[in-house]
Amino acid sequence: MHEWALAEAVVKTAVQIAEKEGLKQVTEVTVKIGELQDVERPIFRFALSQLIPSNFKLVKFRLLRSKAKLKCRVCSNVWVFKKTKLNKDAVEAIHFVPEVAHTYIKCPKCGSPDFEILEGRGIWLESIKGAK
Amino acid sequence: MVDPRVNIIEQRLKRITRVIAVSSGKGGVGKSMVATTLALSLVKRGFKVGLFDLDFTSPSTHLILGIEGVQPKEEKGLVPPLVYGLEYMSLVYYSGNQAAPLRGTDTSNALIELLAVTLWSELDYLVIDMPPGIGDAVLDLIRLVPRVEFLIVTTSSLLAFETVKKLSGLLRDLNVPILGVLENMKMTDTADIKRQTELLDLKFIMEIPYDPEIEAAIGYPEKLLATSFAQKVNAVAQTV
Ligand SMILES: Nc1ncnc2c1ncn2[C@@H]1O[C@H](COP(=O)(O)OP(=O)(O)OP(=O)(O)O)[C@@H](O)[C@H]1O
Ligand SMILES: [Mg+2]
Ligand SMILES: [Zn+2]
Repeated sequence: MHEWALAEAVVKTAVQIAEKEGLKQVTEVTVKIGELQDVERPIFRFALSQLIPSNFKLVKFRLLRSKAKLKCRVCSNVWVFKKTKLNKDAVEAIHFVPEVAHTYIKCPKCGSPDFEILEGRGIWLESIKGAK
Repeated sequence: MVDPRVNIIEQRLKRITRVIAVSSGKGGVGKSMVATTLALSLVKRGFKVGLFDLDFTSPSTHLILGIEGVQPKEEKGLVPPLVYGLEYMSLVYYSGNQAAPLRGTDTSNALIELLAVTLWSELDYLVIDMPPGIGDAVLDLIRLVPRVEFLIVTTSSLLAFETVKKLSGLLRDLNVPILGVLENMKMTDTADIKRQTELLDLKFIMEIPYDPEIEAAIGYPEKLLATSFAQKVNAVAQTV
């Protein structure tokens, strides 16, 4: 449900960009969704559809998936986060604030919580297309 | 590629009249105690108040409030629960009692996330408990919430006051309003800090004596509000 708040941010940003680029009709908005935050796509998509202004009537939202790639700062191990390895509460906490991954996830090789989130954290507005 | 979250923050805070960050360059000077007690005092005065713990790696305000078993409600965002009349937000809802070892970019990201998804209601004051130091949290807060005002806490020690000079200098350079300086845990009867504060052309709000009773009031807001410390902070609430 808090997907709405994120969808609102996406729409607001897309509207700003469309204005800046002088797009009269926006036809495509591409959003990247990181698997760490694991936004619920049906809710997110529905929220987007409800929040768009009239010059977005023809828009198609492309929701891309981005694997959560983590890199250990201690031993340089790179791995892909799998939520099935965590309990439900931890997955939910990370869903709300992805940074608490550092509380629940450790490097599988050396056990350190000091890792970098290389890709796939949360939502990103990737691109926007339209007609002037 | 754009991070869309930053764009929604202003809208999330637009129903809040004033945002006050309780801050200090040195640690352990009483920011969390002051921030929590100030927020509670403002509630007692009939204002609508939020309290946001921005000390992500070493949060304290949830301990001072003694909260347990409450969680934000998930609606079209996160609705902070009402605790002793305060809308209360902290990362501990998500990190629990375990450590959240975060580096600078992580604290920035967590701050942006919470500001972007927290649905505060109409508030007179949002009080922010800052982590110690003049670093990421201060700079991020100013960048993301440009209308924030700072309340600076120090002790009587020159070591603490030295950081008041640095913090206030930075805030001035960035045109951020400074409400004034509080001298906390005062044990001797000198006017040194007051004089030095005024030399910096800053408002000296007041001194708060060392109060041996407050340790036993941690976790019990009613008890905390009955201390002489809280009486002083209540007078601070009147001036802000
Ligand atoms: N006026 C006071 N009299 C007695 N004890 C106090 C007073 N103010 C604060 N303390 C105590 O001093 C300690 C530090 O206070 P507090 O945690 O509020 O400081 P802080 O500035 O938030 O620390 P940090 O920089 O680690 O966040 C606590 O144990 C608190 O109870
Ligand atoms: Mg503190
Ligand atoms: Zn490792």
